Amino acid sequence: MARAESELQIGQKDGGLMKWINDRFPFDKMMKEHVTEYYASKNLNLWYVFGVLSMVVLVIQLLTGIFLTMNYKPSAAEAFASVEYIMRDVKYGYIIRYMHSTGASAFFIVVYLHMFRAMLYGSYRKPRELIWLIGMIIFIVLMAEAFMGYLLPWGQMSYWGAQVIVSLFGAIPGIGEGLVDVIRGDYSISDITLNRFFALHVIALPLALVMLVVVHILALHEVGSNNPDGIEIKKKKDANGVPLDGIAFHPYHTSKDLVAIVVFMAAFFAVVFFAPEMGGYFLEHANFEPANRLKTPEHIAPVWYFTPFYAILRAVPDKLLGVILMGAAVVIPMFLPWLDRSPVKSIRYKGVITKSALGLFVVAFLFLGWLGLQPATDLYTNLARVFTVIYFAFFALMPWYSKIDQTKPVPERVVMKGAEHA
Amino acid sequence: MRRATLLRAAALCLALSASGAAFAAGGGAALDAANNDVGNTKSLQRGFKYFMNYCSGCHSAEYVRYNTIGAALEISDAELEQNLMFNAERTFETINISMRTEDATAWLGQVPPDMSLIARSKGVDHIYSFLRGYYRDDKSATGWNNTVVKNVSMPHVLWEMEGVKAKAESHSDEGAAADGHSAADKPAFDVLAAGTMSAEEYDDVVRDIVNFLDFISEPMQLERTQIGIWIMAFLVIFFFLSLFLKKEIWKDVK
Repeated sequence: MARAESELQIGQKDGGLMKWINDRFPFDKMMKEHVTEYYASKNLNLWYVFGVLSMVVLVIQLLTGIFLTMNYKPSAAEAFASVEYIMRDVKYGYIIRYMHSTGASAFFIVVYLHMFRAMLYGSYRKPRELIWLIGMIIFIVLMAEAFMGYLLPWGQMSYWGAQVIVSLFGAIPGIGEGLVDVIRGDYSISDITLNRFFALHVIALPLALVMLVVVHILALHEVGSNNPDGIEIKKKKDANGVPLDGIAFHPYHTSKDLVAIVVFMAAFFAVVFFAPEMGGYFLEHANFEPANRLKTPEHIAPVWYFTPFYAILRAVPDKLLGVILMGAAVVIPMFLPWLDRSPVKSIRYKGVITKSALGLFVVAFLFLGWLGLQPATDLYTNLARVFTVIYFAFFALMPWYSKIDQTKPVPERVVMKGAEHA
Repeated sequence: MRRATLLRAAALCLALSASGAAFAAGGGAALDAANNDVGNTKSLQRGFKYFMNYCSGCHSAEYVRYNTIGAALEISDAELEQNLMFNAERTFETINISMRTEDATAWLGQVPPDMSLIARSKGVDHIYSFLRGYYRDDKSATGWNNTVVKNVSMPHVLWEMEGVKAKAESHSDEGAAADGHSAADKPAFDVLAAGTMSAEEYDDVVRDIVNFLDFISEPMQLERTQIGIWIMAFLVIFFFLSLFLKKEIWKDVK
């Protein structure tokens, strides 16, 4: 017994500081559970990097945000000038600001791709419904965070974009008008609105985001990561209880993620340093003009990441119905875990109907995004209506088409790339 | 400087593929390309001179400091103070105007817009075409009208250089736009009085002004692209290192 005990201690960090800490805080235990002995499938592909990239962007936004607040002035009289002060007079302030503005768009790019991955491989299905729901809440909080942050530079688009979006709440019968006044704290977008949006943007929502991300990851680590085959790797374990198809998060998945992070950084900094406006999509031209409540811009368009939903709003002739449909478009993916009745999870083993439906959905989403940037002509509005129907049909008809679709048999073990012939 | 500009242009094309076409939307008249180069210091120096002499009486650039311009354009503090600062005492001051709001409104109908960010909000092609788009119009208050900004309240400040143009009888607005050629290809104007410069010389003056406005809209853009090259070089090296690390760690995984 005595010998076994001493052997047991050899493997432990029994010296000095780490032992002292581990006696008081489960550091080693947490590292094992979440890093060195968290097993994820060996065959995770490119689609699986967007989760970690979302984390990278979140960190970029938090850090650059802190430095921006050091020089930004949340007041209608000073906001615009303080942003220009950061751009011109703060040493390297322009890099911090461009990282933050590029980060906003990058956030939505990686989050949309992350969500699409879940749709491809059925990552929202049992037992990961809660991960999906938490993720959807993160997405909605992120939209609020981006929207409120966009007011802060106090440019023309900041002002009029906020004016349009906030007024949408006025369509709600009965409480609408009052609600709008409560959100603005005033009868129009004003200094008061700017102050409260600043408070929400720098404290409330980031705090909520970080906490939700922690919950998202805890829930993930409880049930384990999905994989491109949609197989539960925990069903086949070796003698030590390690999933046969699993491999430790660190150093294996971390080293893979590092490559993805570097590639992402290269794309990200190419935009930051060489095309920070991205042709007017990341930083809108009209936003280089200070907010002017007496001068409505001729063309008010939200930033690109909101445009699919904006196009749905404009496609409906009735204001209230449009707002309801726009809200529904954001919320409806939440029901995916219960709408998908297919016996298989992954797109790899789903049939032609599901594959076509997902393809159509992607086309509709992209087209809606493009239409949201265009002026609302008759042709465009009608096109937006068609794509809105496709968007909702993808979800509404899923219980039916996912059930009757011809699926392929799912293998027992995950399929490694290039291993099919073996 | 020129190398940096070329690299920047290449990176611009590479980085996804955003089109500047979105910019021209809603402009009305077709715009001519300014083709300015913010890496051209001589052009920026001339643009600065023209701006101070012809524009800064009415237009401020309230976020732009004289010494920021001086440092980037290789102009000494002494030169700035002697020749270029008409309305400021110290080089760290910004470019302001002394016209009062009441006077500006009475004389011109509005306070002339600040020029700090005009190249970013309107675009360089817009300003280039605007400054070349003045023509004589007896019906307007100033006697001038403009092809880019209809019924513009700003008079043609550079008329002595360009001369005086009038819309040619045969060319209506629609005609000029419909034949698909820009104004430069087919002049739709009759020259009423020649200026001190040829059309080409005047275009160069306008290009220098536009170039200067482009520069002051983001004075750090030259530094930005130069730092960017180092960042990209670092990331390329880091990419290979991370790739080799990954391959090494994964080599035994079956």
